[in-house]
Amino acid sequence: MRATVLVRPKPGILDPQGQAVESSLRHLGFDVADARVGRLVDVDLATEDRDEALAQIERMCAQLLTNPLIESYSIELEHA
Amino acid sequence: MSDERRPLIPVVVFPGSNDDRDAELALRGLGADSVRVWHTDEVLPRGTAAVVLPGGFSYGDYLRCGAIARFSPIMRAVTAFAESGGLVLGICNGFQILTEAGLLPGALRPNATLSFVCRDVEVVVEHAATAFTSRAEPGQHLTIPVKHGDGCWFADDELLAHLETTGGIGLRYADGANPNGAVADVAGVLNADGNVFGLMPHPEHAVDPLLGSVDGATILGSLVDAARLSAAALV
Repeated sequence: MRATVLVRPKPGILDPQGQAVESSLRHLGFDVADARVGRLVDVDLATEDRDEALAQIERMCAQLLTNPLIESYSIELEHA
Repeated sequence: MSDERRPLIPVVVFPGSNDDRDAELALRGLGADSVRVWHTDEVLPRGTAAVVLPGGFSYGDYLRCGAIARFSPIMRAVTAFAESGGLVLGICNGFQILTEAGLLPGALRPNATLSFVCRDVEVVVEHAATAFTSRAEPGQHLTIPVKHGDGCWFADDELLAHLETTGGIGLRYADGANPNGAVADVAGVLNADGNVFGLMPHPEHAVDPLLGSVDGATILGSLVDAARLSAAALV
């Protein structure tokens, strides 16, 4: 399966990249209230079992892909 | 065995470390024996009295600073050493690695300005009764350089309050000197047992008058003193 992990700075965490992007969007004339910048990780998994894939990705997030103190994440799964 | 008069303080070298030689030189100048240890080593040298994780950009700061280095083989030995009470000092990238490894509280985020900062900063010693600050007076101001892009230490309110009441905040930027937006002006933190310390400023770059300040010797000299006692206890 193909998993897409979306990692975001938690609400309340200072996100200077998001602030810079927000400011630039305003300069371009867009009416923007807020912008946050996160990270996207695509992972190809050998398994085609959805539960197994989810369990693996959760473990990857806990061990390496995210820092739970400062980041939240969501997982999208699709068959390769 | 280590010579208790010159305690052995290895400096770990990760791919992308770049302050390891300065740390080694500074430690030797302050009375320690020091060797550089490669990240693929699985054990610390026999007689190790303290360990330093140096500054740099291990693994290119990929993913998050320190996130990948923490899985180096040597880090299993460093973690076991720390958990058995061994003295561990993390400087800059070393600090980032120790937070990612869960050996120190909090996390380090990109500087609030998004700018890389490279200059002397004034810091205040919060507690002098630690293995890393014993040569300082409580409240003493030190001038030590920083050079980092990801030094904005973060803890949520609960963790910060806990650290403030348990003496976990070891070093703070002086009023108006916070170079990175760190929460509560935190420049360095200790673990609960006080044997692991991480800081963003670089004491190894401030040990010779030619470099503009010798205040870094207060921190590293304290570590050498504590390591000497620790080595003597091992004999």
